[in-house]
Amino acid sequence: MTAATASATSEPSASLGTGAVGDPSGAVEPAVGDEDPRPLTGRAAPWHERVIEIGLFACAGVSVLTTIGIVAVLLGETLQFFGEVSILDFLTDTQWTPLFSDKHFGIWPLLSGTLVTSGVAIAVALPFGLLAAIYLSEIASPRVRSLVKPSLELLAGVPTVVYGYFALVTLTPLLQHVVPGLSGFNALSPGIVMGVMIMPLISSLSEDAIHAVPQSLREASYGLGASKLATIFRVVLPTARSGIAASVTLAASRAIGETMIVAIAAGQQPRLGIDPRQPFETMTAYIVKVSLGDIATGTTEFRTIFAVGSALFVMTLSMNLLAMRLARSFRGAL
Amino acid sequence: MTMLVHEGQPTLLPRLSASRKRERVERTDGVAPKLRSRGLRAFFGKKEVLKGIDLPVAAREVTAVIGPSGCGKSTWIRCLNRMHELIADARLEGAVELDGRDVYARDVDPVLLRRRIGMVFQKPNPFPTMSIRDNVLAGLRLTGTLARVRPAEVVERALRQAALWDEVKDSLTQPGASLSGGQQQRLCIARTLAVDPEVILMDEPCSALDPIATARIEDLIHALSDRYTIVIVTHNMQQATRVSDSTAFFLMGELVEHAPTNQLFTSPKDRRTEEYITGRFG
Repeated sequence: MTAATASATSEPSASLGTGAVGDPSGAVEPAVGDEDPRPLTGRAAPWHERVIEIGLFACAGVSVLTTIGIVAVLLGETLQFFGEVSILDFLTDTQWTPLFSDKHFGIWPLLSGTLVTSGVAIAVALPFGLLAAIYLSEIASPRVRSLVKPSLELLAGVPTVVYGYFALVTLTPLLQHVVPGLSGFNALSPGIVMGVMIMPLISSLSEDAIHAVPQSLREASYGLGASKLATIFRVVLPTARSGIAASVTLAASRAIGETMIVAIAAGQQPRLGIDPRQPFETMTAYIVKVSLGDIATGTTEFRTIFAVGSALFVMTLSMNLLAMRLARSFRGAL
Repeated sequence: MTMLVHEGQPTLLPRLSASRKRERVERTDGVAPKLRSRGLRAFFGKKEVLKGIDLPVAAREVTAVIGPSGCGKSTWIRCLNRMHELIADARLEGAVELDGRDVYARDVDPVLLRRRIGMVFQKPNPFPTMSIRDNVLAGLRLTGTLARVRPAEVVERALRQAALWDEVKDSLTQPGASLSGGQQQRLCIARTLAVDPEVILMDEPCSALDPIATARIEDLIHALSDRYTIVIVTHNMQQATRVSDSTAFFLMGELVEHAPTNQLFTSPKDRRTEEYITGRFG
């Protein structure tokens, strides 16, 4: 094949001397009976390119299959659980005592633990993360930015078990000096620490959204005689709002799914309430407790973790979908 | 002032008669200019994009700035209301005087300056989160002066001045971005007029518009020049002849020639101007 092409390309120069000058098509036209030197049929790529493509497809497929597998297991076990426990009890009962002799299977106490800790985290991360994003994208000099941004992103890289112990042994005792009635295990301290953990997520994604606001809108605002702050808060932020909302939604989803910090520092008491000074058990912390405990597999008690896991999955999935929608509408608005 | 317009010879002035042009130019002779740039040099990093521009802008007239891409015309207009300095790396020497006062003086706040020298940009840029009405009021709201006016009156006056009122009076709460390109640009002009500037800078305001929308904006510029001092950058020479009283020709960061518009286009003094307007380069 290669040899045939080479001979075909060398042909014009050879034919120059034989009087074929002035007829360039004659130079590349194959002699009758010869194989076409530049065929259109057959395969351009050698067979091993196909093999590589199939291999790459298989790698991508593994992640999809894994997701499908997880969802299938979750769903199967959850359905079995709801065969033994009424879904109505699960959604309406206000007690969660599957491991006691008087069994109750109401999800609300675990849900309130998750919502209170995540709520505290968002309350911390939203203002700090958003203001950091505004500072980094609109105000900071390139030099300051190149120092602050990586150190902020370092926060997201701290192992969560370190955050958990930090909340339990450092922050909680500190807060007990300030907040009256704060329990040793509580929602406040891990909530704040989780807020610190998800802050880089909000600041980084919000900064991207703020950065995506066209320069022409800032110029329009300055051209009208607006100050820098008025431009930021009345033009740039409103334009970036859905992108910012997407970042907060993603961060909230991350907080809801966070396990180690709350398992260590929030306590293990399923409690329906909103007071963050109290100990709580979150959905994730409950799953850890049962997984590590001596509950026999295949029992209803054990299957509770699949039901709770499914609920968690539905929550984070819908929040991620919402974030994607918001991000898309943001891009559409620009 | 001698004008070299020959009777019967085709001119580049389809809309304004030469005599009316001459009248207007003569009327402002001897009057102090509204704006004047003195020895203005502008830089991006080490690159000098304006090499000492001395150019007066007459009050209540339209001054057009023409020249090939990269000649510094947009940079010059952005120096007039201190938008140039918003770009990182940008630097400037020389002076710009508004009514004889240097706008680059230490005690001048560029934010306050821009309330007197408004700007319309190349691409229509209405605020996408605001309605038509809120776009018009944006300048007042952004500068905290909304409380001093009657919003409904301001909106109607500005939209009428921008020749947009009849088209949008029933849809003031619709988003500004729902309008056509030409309407959006007139909305941007209305937004600029609402803060009541003295000077309006227009940086190629029609380059993103179709011919019909362009004609409407040009009529508008004409009408506005009775009340406002207008500086328009354009790379369309026909546009300069249609809308302006005087024209300045920039080339490679220098002012080559500044003259009454029909004089510059019919009998340019500089060979480079002649070559440019006859289409030999650029």
